Amino acid sequence: MTPALAIDGLRVAFDDFVAVEDVSLSVAPGESFGLVGESGSGKSTLLRAVAGLAPVTGGTIAIGGKVLGDRRDKAFYRTVQMVFQDPYGSLHPRQTVDRLLLEPLAIHGFDDTESRIVRALDEVGLGAGFRFRYSHQLSGGQRQRVAIARALILEPSILLLDEPTSALDASVQAEVLNLLEQLRAARGLTFVMVSHDLAVVTHMCDRLMVMQNGRAVEQLTAADLAARRVTQDYTRGLLAASEGFRRTA
Amino acid sequence: MSALLTVEDLRVTFPTRTGIIEAVRGVSFTLGRERLGIVGESGSGKSQTGRAIMGLTPEHGVITAKRLDFNGIDLLKASKAERRALRGKRIAMVLQDPKYSLNPVMTIGRQIVETLRAHEPVSKAEARRRALDMLAAVQIRDPERVFDLYPHEVSGGMGQRVMIAMMLVAGPELLIADEPTSALDVTVQLEVLAILNRLVAERGMGLIFISHDLRLVSSFCDRVIVMYAGRIVEELPAARLAEAEHPYTRGLLNCMPEIGADRHPLPVLERKAEWKE
Repeated sequence: MTPALAIDGLRVAFDDFVAVEDVSLSVAPGESFGLVGESGSGKSTLLRAVAGLAPVTGGTIAIGGKVLGDRRDKAFYRTVQMVFQDPYGSLHPRQTVDRLLLEPLAIHGFDDTESRIVRALDEVGLGAGFRFRYSHQLSGGQRQRVAIARALILEPSILLLDEPTSALDASVQAEVLNLLEQLRAARGLTFVMVSHDLAVVTHMCDRLMVMQNGRAVEQLTAADLAARRVTQDYTRGLLAASEGFRRTA
Repeated sequence: MSALLTVEDLRVTFPTRTGIIEAVRGVSFTLGRERLGIVGESGSGKSQTGRAIMGLTPEHGVITAKRLDFNGIDLLKASKAERRALRGKRIAMVLQDPKYSLNPVMTIGRQIVETLRAHEPVSKAEARRRALDMLAAVQIRDPERVFDLYPHEVSGGMGQRVMIAMMLVAGPELLIADEPTSALDVTVQLEVLAILNRLVAERGMGLIFISHDLRLVSSFCDRVIVMYAGRIVEELPAARLAEAEHPYTRGLLNCMPEIGADRHPLPVLERKAEWKE
C-alpha cells in the first residue's frame, strides 16, 4: 500500500542552523502518527516542512507516492491541511467566522459555499449562531474548532496538527481531542500530530516518533510506550517526566 | 502552627461597561509554612487571588475581604508605601513566562542586585556576592557568566531559575508562584520544581502554587484548593486527591489523557450551574 505520507532523509536548514537532520518516516493512509519532543527538537519544523512552510534542504517528502517539489500546488492543499497551536494567533482578527471559512472555498473554486460553511460549522459542534462572529468573541476551544473547520472544509485526507490543544484548558482539551478522533473516524483521515505531551500523543496516535535536537531518537507504537517498552534513555526520561514531580528528600 | 497568611471572604470585582465582573467571589483559606496549591481553569479566579495577596490587582479592580492578614499586617489597610515595602521583601511572586517577566534591557545580575538593594541597605559588593550565591543556589553552574548575560541569552528553564533567584534573594516569607513552569518543557519543569521544592523547604517559606495542572500540583504541594468560577469548590490534602468528591475536581482529573489508559472518547466535563453557588 502506498503510504499517505513518506519522508525520506529530510533535512531542514535555516542558513547555518540545521533544525531537522536525516529524518525518515512513513504514515499509512488512515493512520494517526505522533511526533514528540522538547522545544527545539525540530518536531514542529518537520510538520511545517511538509506543509511547505519551512525550506526543505535535503531529502524528499512524498504524499500518496508523489514526491513534492519546492512549490506546493493547489491540489496539495486540497489533500493536506494544517491546524496550528495558537487559536488566538491563527485566525484573522478582522474576519468573521463566515469569511474565514469562505476563503479556502473561494481559492479552490468551490460552489455551494453556503451549505459547505453551514455543514463545516455543524461538524465541529458549533451551531449556525457562531457563523457571523469575530474570533475575539469566541473562547479558546471555540476558536480551535473554527480552525479545525477551516482545515476540513476542503475535505483533505491528511491533517497536520501542531500542538492543537496545548493552549487549552484540560477539560476543553478533552473536548477537542474527542472531536478530532470522531472526525478522523468519520472521514478516514490521516493525522500527523505534534505534541510535547506524551499522554496526548499516546491517546491520539497509533505510532509515534521521539525527536531530539532535530534527529529521530526512536519510533515506537503507542502500545509499546504504554507498556514502557522503550529502548532509548531519552524517551525513558520523557516518560518519567510526564509522570509528575517526585519528592526525593 | 501560626498562620502566615489568613484570607477570609476575599472578593475581587472589576466594573466594566457591561456590568460588574466578579473574578473572585468569597475565597477563604489560611496558610502556614507549607505548600498550598490553587488549581483551576482559565477564569476561575486563581491568578486574581494571588495578585490580590501580592497587591497587584489592576487599579480599577475592587478588593474586599473580611480579613486579609499577613503576619499580623492588615493588607487591606496597608498604604501603598507599606505594600511596596512588603512586596519583593516579604512576599514575592514568580510569574509564568520569564521571557516577559524579566527586564530585557538589563543584565540578569543587575536585576537581582536591584531587587536586593531596593529592600536592604547593602553595599554593591555585598549585593553582588549575594546575587551570585543565589544564582548558585538555583543550580546555575557558572553564576559569574550568567550574572552578565541578558535575559534573551538564556533558555526558558534558566530564565525561570533566574526569576526564582531574584524573588528569593531578599529572603521572603511567602512566595506566590503563578504557573511557574507552564511555559517550560516537561523535563525542565521537573528541574525547576525540584529547585523550588528544596529552597522552600530549606528557608521555611510559605508557598502558594497556582496552576491549571491538577496532577502536577498534587505531586508538589501539601494541600490543594480547587477553584471554579471565583469560588473554592474543594480543599483537600494533596495525597488524597484520588478521593476528591466534588464532581468538578473529579471531572478535571478524569478528562486528562493518561499513558496506558485506553479511554475513547475521553470523559468530558459537564459544567453545572449549581457549582457556582
